[in-house]
Amino acid sequence: MNLAEGVQVVSFSLLSLMMLGSALGVVLVSNIVYSAFLLGGVFISMAGLYLLLNADFVATAQVLIYVGAVNVLILFAIMLVNKRQDFAPVPRAWIRRAATGLVCVGLFLLLATMVVVTPWAVSTQVAAGNSAIVAIGKHFFNDFLLPFELASVLLLMALIGAVILARRELIPEQPTAPAQPPALMLPERPRELVSAGASRSAQK
Amino acid sequence: MNSGIDVQEIFVRSLVDLGLPPGAAKAIWMPLPMLLMIIGATVGVLVTVWLERKISAAAQQRIGPEYIGPLGVLAPVADGLKLIFKEDVVPARSDPFLFTLGPVIVVIPVFLSYMIVPFGQNLVVTNVGMGVFLWIALSSVAPIGLLMSGYASNNKYSLLGGLRAAAQSISYEIPLALSVLAIAMMSNSLSTVDIVNQQSGYGVLGWNVWRQPVGFIIFWIAALAECERIPFDLPEAEEELVAGYQTEYSGMKFALFYLGAYVNLVLSALLVAVLYLGGWEFPIPLDIVANWLGVSEANPIFQIVTASLGITMTLLKAYFLVFLAILMRWTVPRVRIDQLLDLGWKFLLPISLVNLLLTAGLKLAFPAAFGG
Repeated sequence: MNLAEGVQVVSFSLLSLMMLGSALGVVLVSNIVYSAFLLGGVFISMAGLYLLLNADFVATAQVLIYVGAVNVLILFAIMLVNKRQDFAPVPRAWIRRAATGLVCVGLFLLLATMVVVTPWAVSTQVAAGNSAIVAIGKHFFNDFLLPFELASVLLLMALIGAVILARRELIPEQPTAPAQPPALMLPERPRELVSAGASRSAQK
Repeated sequence: MNSGIDVQEIFVRSLVDLGLPPGAAKAIWMPLPMLLMIIGATVGVLVTVWLERKISAAAQQRIGPEYIGPLGVLAPVADGLKLIFKEDVVPARSDPFLFTLGPVIVVIPVFLSYMIVPFGQNLVVTNVGMGVFLWIALSSVAPIGLLMSGYASNNKYSLLGGLRAAAQSISYEIPLALSVLAIAMMSNSLSTVDIVNQQSGYGVLGWNVWRQPVGFIIFWIAALAECERIPFDLPEAEEELVAGYQTEYSGMKFALFYLGAYVNLVLSALLVAVLYLGGWEFPIPLDIVANWLGVSEANPIFQIVTASLGITMTLLKAYFLVFLAILMRWTVPRVRIDQLLDLGWKFLLPISLVNLLLTAGLKLAFPAAFGG
């Protein structure tokens, strides 16, 4: 094993550990903001795995789209809502958890068997490397034209839908408020000490 | 087209001649350009901070730093030392883990992007095929760090600043990427080295700024917005948000934000120089100069002169743009957040789409001039 292979093995194991760890964190951590940030970790490590497979373009696109757009939008949504409510404790919660765990383990076993049993047609061609963009572009406009265009139409539909949702003309009629006394005060919600470190306050 | 000096090859060969195996020689070489780039970026920041102080002083008819070193050149070093020795405060009821991680996530992608900045044919950390696309992807990671620090500070100004930073960064990434796409279309490549090579040969006339004037302006505006410079420094607008997402930060963590902002500014200026102003190219093609002087292009002294001239030209162009950005900071008022988003989505985006379309049309019509 030479230097390059060693680096590859080490980075593969590090990336897999990172990915599995943060993926488990996304599901298991109860703080939703942590989950969202960990999701970014999952995407980044996935980009690293693509990079190890010599798929530069896919890795870069993964960072741009999933980390830079999808994850930021998820965070945006979470932070704009910023609603922290404690769930009411459910009696015998362990039954639900055990059932979920069972289903997840079953699904994992199923998929793992599928991965092991399927005879994968592993390509023996040398990776395209830097000319990959050209190859991808040719595929997009030749044999994959229909799926490519369908995906664009789908995205366009989603875009227009979002615009229509955001520009709802149905603004409810403002009840004509009685003339307010001219108070030199800004209307402000009572400040609630919330969010980030609420769980830590118990320790202090 | 001469290939210029290949320092890596010379270094590796001389180590192999000393009796090291080639793999080990390459492994010794690898960290050197990275370290050099990090040091270079940091020194570039010090220079930029000094320029900012001096130019702002000149704009306001003051003298600026004078006694710290000759002409006050050591002022940024003093700033840095002050920030290092300051107490590192983590506010109560914040989230200490995310609070620490935020600035780190903001700074790392910026430094990482330096690996694609070329200073010569072989004077680049790595000539990856993704090139500028990699830069765009990496710069889209920073908003996560900004959101993280805005959220973890547990302060409404910080949260507003973080949200504004993310919104701004997402909106201006699109015109930025579209104007880069027009360049990539003309160069048939995303690699920064290929982009510069495509502009070479005709001296100052061959630079992309003549073929892509609209793209140049869009790119510069979007890059300023990505760097959060005035007139687009909404995320840290002092009069509205105290200091935005930086409000609660002090000491080294604040220094990371500060460093990140200036490194990003220099990086954007370098990329404008590479994409539109011919990168390391001299305004007169150097092979003509070599002909005048009667020197062959393979002459080692000529090659060394060429390489150092290339580095100087890249830096000169970049610092000219930095100068413009600083001058703008002290002359232009800040836009409002709705004006900022309007400018991004309703003006720059359609214009850059039209620019892309025009470039495609011109490329089909005049393949010789627009990279067939």
